[in-house]
Amino acid sequence: MSQSAQDRVNDFVIKLANVNGTGSASANSLLMKTIFRMGIPVNGKNFFPSNIQGLPTWYEIRVTRDGYLARSGRVDVMVAMNAQTYAQDLADVSPGGTLIYDSTWPRHQLLARSDITILGVPLARMCNERFSNARTRVLMKNMAYVGALAALLGLDRAVIEQLVEETFARKPAALDANREAIELGFAYAQEHFDCPLPTRVEPLDKTSGHIMIDGNTATALGCVYAGATVGAWYPITPSTSVMDAFKSYCERYRTDPETGERRFCIIQAEDELAAIGMVLGASWNGARAFTPTSGPGLSLMNEFLGFAYFAELPAVVVDVQRVGPSTGMPTRTQQSDMLSAAYASHGDTRHVLLLPANPGECFEFAVAAFDLAERLQTPVILLSDLDIGMNDWMCKELSWDPAYRPDRGKVLGADELVDAANFHRYLDKDGDGIPYRTLPGVHPKGAYFVRGSGHNKYGAYTEDSDEYREVVDRLLVKWRTAATLVPKPEIRRHPKSAGWGIVAAGSCDWAVLEALDRLADSGIHLDYCRIRAFPFGKEVEEFLEQHERVFVVEQNRDAQLKALLTLETEYPKQRMHSVLHYGGLPIDCSSIVSAVERAEAQGEAA
Amino acid sequence: MTSIAKPKIVHRGLRRNALGLTIRDYEGGMSTLCAGCGHDSVTAAIVQAFFELDIPPHRVAKMSGIGCSSKTPAYFLGASHGFNAVHGRMPSIATGAGAANRDLYLLGISGDGDSLSIGLGQFAHAVRRNLDMLYVIENNGVYGLTKGQFSASADVGSKAKRGEENRQPPIDPVQMAMALGGTFVARSFSGDKDQLVPLIKAGIRHRGFALLDVLSPCVTFNDHEASTKSYAYTREFRHRVVNADFIPPREEIKAAYDEGEVMPIELHDGSRVLLRKISKDYNPHNRGAAIDYIRSHHRAGEIVTGLLYMDEGDPDMHGLNNTSRTPLNELPFEALCPGADALASLQRRFR
Ligand SMILES: Cc1ncc(C[n+]2csc(CCOP(=O)(O)OP(=O)(O)O)c2C)c(N)n1
Ligand code: SF4
Ligand SMILES: [Mg+2]
Repeated sequence: MSQSAQDRVNDFVIKLANVNGTGSASANSLLMKTIFRMGIPVNGKNFFPSNIQGLPTWYEIRVTRDGYLARSGRVDVMVAMNAQTYAQDLADVSPGGTLIYDSTWPRHQLLARSDITILGVPLARMCNERFSNARTRVLMKNMAYVGALAALLGLDRAVIEQLVEETFARKPAALDANREAIELGFAYAQEHFDCPLPTRVEPLDKTSGHIMIDGNTATALGCVYAGATVGAWYPITPSTSVMDAFKSYCERYRTDPETGERRFCIIQAEDELAAIGMVLGASWNGARAFTPTSGPGLSLMNEFLGFAYFAELPAVVVDVQRVGPSTGMPTRTQQSDMLSAAYASHGDTRHVLLLPANPGECFEFAVAAFDLAERLQTPVILLSDLDIGMNDWMCKELSWDPAYRPDRGKVLGADELVDAANFHRYLDKDGDGIPYRTLPGVHPKGAYFVRGSGHNKYGAYTEDSDEYREVVDRLLVKWRTAATLVPKPEIRRHPKSAGWGIVAAGSCDWAVLEALDRLADSGIHLDYCRIRAFPFGKEVEEFLEQHERVFVVEQNRDAQLKALLTLETEYPKQRMHSVLHYGGLPIDCSSIVSAVERAEAQGEAA
Repeated sequence: MTSIAKPKIVHRGLRRNALGLTIRDYEGGMSTLCAGCGHDSVTAAIVQAFFELDIPPHRVAKMSGIGCSSKTPAYFLGASHGFNAVHGRMPSIATGAGAANRDLYLLGISGDGDSLSIGLGQFAHAVRRNLDMLYVIENNGVYGLTKGQFSASADVGSKAKRGEENRQPPIDPVQMAMALGGTFVARSFSGDKDQLVPLIKAGIRHRGFALLDVLSPCVTFNDHEASTKSYAYTREFRHRVVNADFIPPREEIKAAYDEGEVMPIELHDGSRVLLRKISKDYNPHNRGAAIDYIRSHHRAGEIVTGLLYMDEGDPDMHGLNNTSRTPLNELPFEALCPGADALASLQRRFR
């Protein structure tokens, strides 16, 4: 045993190996929610195939009294329900861990490890004896292992009961079956094993004021709360649940109870080229509009993104990144659209990126994305990823400031146009690089031509070098304004830092935070700058300058964040050291810890 | 999109419409297309139609893709908002514009390259959604702006200027729109203003997607003898089957037509379209029969023109969505944001 059993109280990982399509998701979420309601910080990560039925799927629950929400990399309790992956699942259990399997069928190969505890529970047999319906038997096997785990891990049965009641309040028959199945597993474990195991939970009080939510749901809520009315999309994993959630919240909160009229319009487009076109058409007309997508969709949107940059139209794109290149691995995570998002489209283009690290920021940044897009009259890309978007994260309850009003930016209304001598679309009247715009249909004086072809500051077509340059140079002024408006980095300084820093963005956050603590335990202290937006702004630049050496942690092969820092800051590339994690599973702290320790051992410190 | 500002001289005697505007108020910049280009005649018909419809120019959103045809929105309705999109993608811009503001008049101008090659998908889906707009294809059988390559509407056997012969079958936007469930399908010829103006008016007033395919010869690259999209060919083989007259609301239907020959169709806003059949065996209310008729005449080298199919009953995109009557872009924030209490209570599910 690498760690004493005592250490594993409220600090362990349960991994559930299932077959997709067998209804394990609700059992796994019941398990996680129970631990969460017992006041113990927890997180859930779903490793699922790009498939509908019959392939292996895993769910990992990290129980973490210290509140580390990254993936841990270890497995203390494995529930091996999938015969196809037994061998791999057996090998994955950390020494000293426990493996639970369905002993209805003999599994001789399971005896291959003597450094772990192997417990058999005849789940299928018990369920087959108790339930008659074939589908129920399959589903209840999952609930039966929840029951067994309740006994083995010391879960609070009252909490389980309450959750089951909430879930099946409207289906009494299902309620009874679920209760029974849980009881079957519980009783069997009580009778046959020493319960609870040394690896177990004990109630804490560390989750009040928190929720468990996935990033896509939070993003969708942000879009609803920001007042987005037009959503256009083409289905793609892992962004689909953004629109699913947007739709269900809109149906709930924006449908007239009497007439059934809907205060929103969701359009399932024919492809992503059309989806972004619809967003631009709607934004041009003053509606808040957005499109959720992922890498392949972003690639298709390139031409229109350059158009929107040049013609200066607001647009909100949510890119929930997945593994590329090409179709890649649709159900695995990466941060590999950083560069293609930042510079999407031909010609000199640069786009504002918002980089949330958790569902709380997905909510907050979704709202900010609309404000920034309209303030800056340009596309804003909310760059989330599959890990944030589709996994359940513990985060602070979302809150809403009733005083919030959308920033619609510089839009001239009929009143202002009546009195104006004339209107010219691309004049920089305020010196911030942001011109004034008008909306179709408002007033005859506001009419102008939106075009992606060369135009001068009056909005007229031009092929004149000076006139063209004047416009694109002003876009740079606007870019500098953008750098002052986007979310600032989150900087954490350690009093004992020796001049080394870590820079990361998005879902690397928890792995970095955990690594910082681990490194501190061995006497290495680093500062940390979590970049939350592009353009970077002066705070990022200053952080870099203040550090002799910077570790840039990111989840892609080509060090895209480092490349962006190299291009967009004055900081020398030689002083940036990449820590790259790109296999498709969420990053854990070990690669960061070992990279820093290696550098330290080589005496590279200042 | 090059355009030269036109000096605006309003003659005292110029007729004014119900808004007190003259036809000059519906014009745009000076055209920079080749002299004689069919597209300029379509522009003139649009100017006239909107003037006669008494539509305030700023209530119109004129949109286009890329091509000579797509340049023309700069030459009409100078007081309308314009959107010159990227090549083949105007339908998605129009869809978003219509989604945000259902009260605007949407006018899309496209070419055969823009709509039938690069933009075929978006064109088809705009028809399918029954987006409320008038969609004009200025169809010349070539890519004018890139100097005369065949487009997907070039007929088999038609020759390019340099003699090369097209062997691939054409895509006919009219037959496509019919097959896709289009609710207003018309074809005309740029040189036939009498036919064109009422079709534009009816198309604008139609609730739903109105396709108007206009044969619009390219004098520079496709107006020679071996072209089926030339002035000479079109004039000779054009075959009017249905004439459309447009009657604004409240105006009397003049009893100028024989009973039985005239089919008045009431539009949702009270205006009427009078369809006059010229060809006895044509039925503009029977989708299948209309397609058969158009096909058989096409095989005979004839171009069937007029308001070829119309159905005023189908719901448009907003009808299907049951979108609020108030345009989405006019809804106050309070009607959109569920508020702090709702956020607190909806999060119970996440605990
Ligand atoms: C993505 C893209 N590919 C190619 C072009 C080049 N291009 C400009 S116009 C055009 C064809 C236009 O043909 P059509 O729509 O028939 O218009 P016409 O000029 O004949 O009126 C092409 C291929 C472009 N602008 N964008
Ligand atoms: S090239 Fe052809 S389509 Fe283009 S402006 Fe000239 S005549 Fe018209
Ligand atoms: Mg053409």
